[in-house]
Amino acid sequence: MDGIHDLGGRHGFGKIEVDEPEIQFHAPYEARVRSMVHAITQAPDWSVDWFRHCRELINPVDYLTRPYFDQWIQAYSAMLVNSGWATVEEIASGQAAGLLKGLPPPITAEQARASVLKEKRFDAPVDAEPVYSNTEKVRTVMKVSNGHTRLPMYARGKTGQVIDYHGAHIFADAMALAEKRYEYLYTIEFSLAELWPEVDESNDTVTLDLWESHLEAV
Amino acid sequence: MTKHDSDHIAHLHDELHSHLPSEPALRAKALESLLVEKGLVDSAAVDAWVEAYSEDIGPKNGGRIVARSWVDPNFRTRLFEDASEAIKELGLEQGHLVAKENTEGTHNLIVCTLCSCYPMGLLGMAPTWYKMAAYRSRAVRDPRGVLEEFGVVVPGSTRVRVWDSTAELRYLVVPQRPAGTDGWDESRLAGLVTRNSMIGTHRDLSDRVQSIS
Repeated sequence: MDGIHDLGGRHGFGKIEVDEPEIQFHAPYEARVRSMVHAITQAPDWSVDWFRHCRELINPVDYLTRPYFDQWIQAYSAMLVNSGWATVEEIASGQAAGLLKGLPPPITAEQARASVLKEKRFDAPVDAEPVYSNTEKVRTVMKVSNGHTRLPMYARGKTGQVIDYHGAHIFADAMALAEKRYEYLYTIEFSLAELWPEVDESNDTVTLDLWESHLEAV
Repeated sequence: MTKHDSDHIAHLHDELHSHLPSEPALRAKALESLLVEKGLVDSAAVDAWVEAYSEDIGPKNGGRIVARSWVDPNFRTRLFEDASEAIKELGLEQGHLVAKENTEGTHNLIVCTLCSCYPMGLLGMAPTWYKMAAYRSRAVRDPRGVLEEFGVVVPGSTRVRVWDSTAELRYLVVPQRPAGTDGWDESRLAGLVTRNSMIGTHRDLSDRVQSIS
């Protein structure tokens, strides 16, 4: 999806707020929302990729102007309504009009404490052999999903070099549609000169982590 | 069953935009009350995570990794070979982690142009600027300009490598040990390491040596 979220290389966003104080949360509700998302019961066909896609679909003006954690509230709200777990009216009022049946109990404080700093992994062994090898030159595809994709616009149709290989990972573009499949993941390095018209020559590079579906042989 | 329909989600966003209170704190409060009533969230579990964020999660974790890499060459080797495994020696975990070494010849910078991927377990919440359009748009196009905005001038002979976090790998920059810290113990060294130095928007930690010693 060529949405507003795909920001790499765009002009006109001005200066970076470099003097922001080094604090984790800037308001109590931010900590609450971040924590609530750890604690919420997830529908079996949700994934981090579906969540990211739901955030990408926020109206572009809101995406650029609403606070970050407010966008999390809105993305989760859309997911809850879309999956039939709540209505817009319930989310607006904070009061349930009906209850849900057949769900497991939510995680407890004890389970939450046990899961702090326990990070999920997204890789798994597969039978197939990787198509590309280290140091090989590859080109990124132009054609990607109109839904969620992790190949940003600025890096499509560009030639780079495989510099690392990470085994097979859940392919995010498909997982956003609840299609779980594993594909080999590579780190591809691109010269700034390959990516940007104003750069004639540079030793500086940008690297991206891309799946086999994002790549073709040169 | 969830219908994974982009157009429908976009439509729901418009609905939510018109119906939800505009104040984020009120939206958050309403959502939590509803989720508790629906049996989807236990507030005590939310409290437990809030507490973890204030006590266990933050850049001090990343600082411990960097300091260990400065004093223990074998750990340093393991860190660059397989960071996910190596940091378990410090009781830390961060999914699929890749550590990138700053040297005289290389400066590393981390970004997520598509969303806000960040090694949260090791650095805590990403700064707001990391999640905003100005940084995400320019880090991959004019990294030296971005660095200068942070007061970092990287010599032309030093290569800048920008890591756009487009998958579930998380990146940690390992800054160089500053001069004037010979004989410092690990915990004192860890105190030197800034969050920004582990993102790559701070390069020379010698400006910290005076304030720590």
